[in-house]
Amino acid sequence: MRTINVKEIKKAVSDLCIKANTDLRPDVFSAIKKAAGLETDKRAKKIWGVLIENAAIAKRDRLAICQDTGIACVYLEIGRDVKLTGASLERAVNDGVKLGYRRGYFRASIVDPLTRKNTGNNAPAVIKTKIVNGDKVRLTVIPKGFGCENKNQIKMFKPTAGLKDVKKFIIDAVRQAGPDACPPYVVGVGIGGTFEKAAELSKEALLKTVSGVRCKVLSPECRLEKELLKEINKLKIGPAGIGGKTTALAVNICSHPTHIAGLPVAVSIGCHAMRSATAVI
Amino acid sequence: MRKIYLPLSKETIEDLRIGDEVLLTGTIYTARDQAHKRFFELLKKNKKLPVDLKAQTIYYCGPTAARPGNAIGSCGPTTSSRMDAFTPALLKTGLKGMIGKGSRSKEVISAIKKYKAVYFLAVGGAGAYLSKKVKRARVAVFKDLGPEAVYELSVKDFPVIVGIDSTGRSIY
Repeated sequence: MRTINVKEIKKAVSDLCIKANTDLRPDVFSAIKKAAGLETDKRAKKIWGVLIENAAIAKRDRLAICQDTGIACVYLEIGRDVKLTGASLERAVNDGVKLGYRRGYFRASIVDPLTRKNTGNNAPAVIKTKIVNGDKVRLTVIPKGFGCENKNQIKMFKPTAGLKDVKKFIIDAVRQAGPDACPPYVVGVGIGGTFEKAAELSKEALLKTVSGVRCKVLSPECRLEKELLKEINKLKIGPAGIGGKTTALAVNICSHPTHIAGLPVAVSIGCHAMRSATAVI
Repeated sequence: MRKIYLPLSKETIEDLRIGDEVLLTGTIYTARDQAHKRFFELLKKNKKLPVDLKAQTIYYCGPTAARPGNAIGSCGPTTSSRMDAFTPALLKTGLKGMIGKGSRSKEVISAIKKYKAVYFLAVGGAGAYLSKKVKRARVAVFKDLGPEAVYELSVKDFPVIVGIDSTGRSIY
């Protein structure tokens, strides 16, 4: 049994909030640079240049990549051989978010859903925990902006629906996000499970790499990802939504077996500044 | 690139066409969802707005806090369409410019044409880059709204693209 005081979790969450918001994920940054290189439209090329410069300024000056520093989604994978001591885990995570957002000069964007009163410190976070093997704690912070979060969609298909229907739904979700949600997008798709499982999978898909070799064997998911990416880029939404070769940097799919009576499909839209950071304690 | 000094003149507005890339210098006001809702309610009650928007430009933006020594934090545009329901009423009072990201409703497009105004696009998700174009910032009204307060920003060479021009044409 390894003992970890939740103070360490608080510190790690705080640091990850800052890292995720100011230091663009390396895979996202290389996907942006690659797309910039492929672009032929003059204006789109210029916008890519702004995005690359923006990431560099954010890192250099420790400024938020985007003013929407998001709702903090904190995923914890806790090894079953870990004994957590100190205050409650939930409190430690929320204190970490408060500290990180204050240290980073980030925006407090969290409000009561009914009164719309701002909590003033960007807490509470959306926390998800999973018990895994081992004696480590793996933490991931996703500062999720709402420009793109507002464009997410979920649909409960009939089990007899074909892949064609599923593809149309996903492509339509991107089309409907259109120029509004900071394209080019990272498209996260969750297929199967239940209503909430599909939604969770679509978020987890946003954490998968968006550049380089993404799948070693050509699984059905991988094939679908490739087909969808090709189709989505035909939409020509482009950077800033005013045309260009790249409408999505990547389409990532996570799936889970589902029930004979249904087929849940969820789409999470990530903006071009798809942010997340991970640490292991 | 063409430089424009704010407030926008009638001639400048009529001269701008979709796709034009311009640099704005002068004063702009930030306002997003809650500020728009308040403006709208005041207008509905025939009350005067706490900031005179006549000939002014609104920026749909809720910035992050400024680091010491900086005028402002990250300050890119937010999704404009959320402001659509309130926009025609503001244009009627004399608002001439809007800066945001994304598409607008048919009603907003016709109001832009009717009142001879212009809608600019700023690059979304480039808040760190855009913060360098803001020279001064102060809360103008609705301080209680925190990051959603109305800020008066003094900008220099703030880069935008004409998204909807005064003839009612849209870039999308």
